[in-house]
Amino acid sequence: MNASQAGTPAAPVSLPWRLASLRVEGFPWIPTAILGVIALVAIFANVIAPYNPEIGVLGDRFRPPAWQTGGSEAHLLGTDHVGRDVLSRLIFGARVSMVVGFTAVIVAGILGTTLGILSGYLGGWVDQVIMRVTDTWLALPALTFAIFLAAVVGPSEMNIVIILGAVYWTRYARVIRSEVLSLRERDFVRLAIVAGCSKKTIMRRHILPNVLNSAIVLGTLMLGVVIVTEAALSFLGVGVPPPKPAWGLMLADGKKGLMAGYWWLTVLPGICIMLMVLSANLLGDWLRVKFDPQLRQL
Amino acid sequence: MSGLLEVSGLSTQYVGARGTRVTRAVDDVSFSLEAGKTLGIVGESGSGKTTLALTLMRLLPPAARIAAGSIRFEGEELLSKSERQMRALRGKRMAMILQDPMASLNPLFTVGDQIAETLRAHEATPRRAAWAKARDLLTSVNIAAPERRVREYPHELSGGMRQRVVGAIAISCGPKLLIADEPTTSLDVTIQAQYLKLLGEIQREHGLALIFITHNLGIVARMCDQVAVMYAGRLVEAGPVRSIFNHPAHPYTRALIESIPKFGDAAERLTAIEGQPPDPSALPPGCAFHPRCPFVVDRCRAEAPPESQVAAQHRTRCWVAAPALAGALKG
Amino acid sequence: MKRFIIKRLAYAVVSLLLLSLTIFLFVRLTGDPAVLLVEPGASKADLEAIHAQLGLDRPLWVQYGQFMWSLAHGNLGNSFYYRTPVLELYLSRLPYSLLLAAAAMIFSLLVGIPSGILAAVRVNQWWDSAGKIFSLLGLSLPSFWVGLVMILFFSVYLGWLPSSGSGTALHVIMPAFALGWYFAAAHMRLTRSSMLEVLGSEYVKLARLKGLPEALVIAKHAFKNALIPVLTLAGINLVIMVNVAVVVETVFAWPGVGRLLYEGIAFRDFPVVQATVLIGGAMIVVVNFFVDILYAVIDPRIRYER
Repeated sequence: MNASQAGTPAAPVSLPWRLASLRVEGFPWIPTAILGVIALVAIFANVIAPYNPEIGVLGDRFRPPAWQTGGSEAHLLGTDHVGRDVLSRLIFGARVSMVVGFTAVIVAGILGTTLGILSGYLGGWVDQVIMRVTDTWLALPALTFAIFLAAVVGPSEMNIVIILGAVYWTRYARVIRSEVLSLRERDFVRLAIVAGCSKKTIMRRHILPNVLNSAIVLGTLMLGVVIVTEAALSFLGVGVPPPKPAWGLMLADGKKGLMAGYWWLTVLPGICIMLMVLSANLLGDWLRVKFDPQLRQL
Repeated sequence: MSGLLEVSGLSTQYVGARGTRVTRAVDDVSFSLEAGKTLGIVGESGSGKTTLALTLMRLLPPAARIAAGSIRFEGEELLSKSERQMRALRGKRMAMILQDPMASLNPLFTVGDQIAETLRAHEATPRRAAWAKARDLLTSVNIAAPERRVREYPHELSGGMRQRVVGAIAISCGPKLLIADEPTTSLDVTIQAQYLKLLGEIQREHGLALIFITHNLGIVARMCDQVAVMYAGRLVEAGPVRSIFNHPAHPYTRALIESIPKFGDAAERLTAIEGQPPDPSALPPGCAFHPRCPFVVDRCRAEAPPESQVAAQHRTRCWVAAPALAGALKG
Repeated sequence: MKRFIIKRLAYAVVSLLLLSLTIFLFVRLTGDPAVLLVEPGASKADLEAIHAQLGLDRPLWVQYGQFMWSLAHGNLGNSFYYRTPVLELYLSRLPYSLLLAAAAMIFSLLVGIPSGILAAVRVNQWWDSAGKIFSLLGLSLPSFWVGLVMILFFSVYLGWLPSSGSGTALHVIMPAFALGWYFAAAHMRLTRSSMLEVLGSEYVKLARLKGLPEALVIAKHAFKNALIPVLTLAGINLVIMVNVAVVVETVFAWPGVGRLLYEGIAFRDFPVVQATVLIGGAMIVVVNFFVDILYAVIDPRIRYER
């Protein structure tokens, strides 16, 4: 009996550990609920938001949240440097984060999975070319690379999605390729080859469905990364163009009131980013343990 | 009963992550060992041999716990000792040699350091004296040029030499009991023979009691006074070597003995035992060996056999091997 | 070993070529590069002069050759804003980046290694769970937001630390913390898993069988071995820190290469952006190469694998 692999002890279980282990054993309800709420807020932003997020009243600049002295019920979470309602901007910001986050993850996923399958299944020079490119692009720090691309193509929501897709597809390609390499040796694939299926059919009918799990797990884990990158790009002014309400952009605007101590402009958008990223990571972690323990290296 | 080591009713369990799945790695094991004698513990991998050894040293992984039984060593109960008291015994009164000599030395420290630290931990030996003793120990395990070897790192030594170093560490504080867990499996055959010879010499010289864990019955026949055959955590048969080799009572022991390749056989005859060793976490009901046993009767599937005496000091756990007992119970 | 080094070297060279090609192609194919490479607001005549000067009317591969030729001569173009060669500019900012990265690295190791060891030694107990939550937060909180909140707290409310700039030791504290935060979590994770692996090893088991005190087993036999992969990762991370500090350096107005990249974007100073990305990528390719070699030296099995 190999002692070191015998698993974890049942012995003293403290509360934080029980909370942490919940995410392995039980479904992560809280993170999923948070993501669900953010999604609903994003969808119904124009119904929920009390004000137009892009138009402010200059006379109402830097109003603090309602519960602080000087705050009013009219702006629950205060206003920013041009008098725009922070709550409304946060609500519409959820839409930007959701749309950009999900589409970018999907774009990167489709690109990376396709190239990963081609690379892993076809092998040879196709594999060499795709993997050399993947390695090189992986070597570039994602944020720096994204900034460079943004500087080249110019800021717009559409471009951000393309940029993030272009930066992050490599992560999928690596993982999917190694998975395809082992699938290729499996009996059902060999049978299909013997049965005379074309390469295209095998890749589409036999390989693709089997790597989909990993791609989805990876996508959930990437969601957090993509959202942080989007926020950073917007913060630097090469992401979502103003006056659109993106959380990263709000943080950049918040800097104008930072030294005056207008905390709500900095703290609140950050909390929104944190909640969304943390939830996506927790959900992704759970999915990984549940469906694909081999994805450990990420 | 005045043996060096008296083990009775010892059970060790592994508990799964959620505390639900319990694996009985060692189940109701009893035996005794006198000073200077050798006990061979034989079994397939997964039969609980290593867990038994680690239980005796009380050095189990966190997932395992000792559920029942008693271990008396030199007349003292080990299971009621504190961790501190156990630490004073380990390496000093009782020592253990692990399976893999390549992995059991720390690659980042010199051989001399790893021998000397044992001495320093137990006997407050000054550094210089400990290193001098380390050189002597290397000589006593037949390592040439010990002055040079003490300053070398494990990767500079051959596998056989490393295993000798591990042996030197084990005997450094003059223990009374040495447990050797398959110490030769990863060595090649000629080195194996040398090492076994060395172990025998060391044992005689120091009057050590030796527990020799192996799956190789040939080695047992050569080295041991007593044999205990382990299957799925239980001792299915135990007794003097001669008695067991001449009159094996348990079908599993018989199969093991038959599977020893005999010298002079025209065809190399390796009668492997049919079937797979059982999954320790999901043992079959009744006697754990029954799915593989050629002599199985209904009772084997339902009830686990108790220990019964077959000859002087020779015990087994089998319904078929104990027809007298079975008959008595029926009547 | 020799073959392994040659193979890795070839990979590294291919990577560097692909890197330059990537950057070159993105600039040429996403519009008129002259617009990017010329100062904003240049006239049409200026643009055409640039076209001719840069040879943009020639075939792509010729242009790439010229691009590589000037790269090989250390010519990365001139900054529009500072009117100096970009390479000089970069090198003048690099020491600041290295200082910040070193401080962040020290912080991340001081936090990551002890907490990782504690989590491994007390695996599945309170400390381990606390560590898990910490590493999850570390990996989920954007570093620039951590920086902003710190400014708010330590500079605006408490007035203890300067909010931006450089010069004194006090200036380094917050940027180093904000930058090192993520890496502290990463180092903790690796220390924990590497420590767990070592603690399960045969030599640690033997050390315990010798009857050594647990503190000695951990401090002597486990710690040193577990540290090797952590320090290797730290080596790579130091270079990565230099290159991902853009946002943190922007938040704290720290004059490193990250800030240079930000200025490049803000002033539409494209040669600066291009050079920063190119040098950063090259740095990482080179470091990866050395780490591969180092690993192969430490662990002989790797040499035969690929």
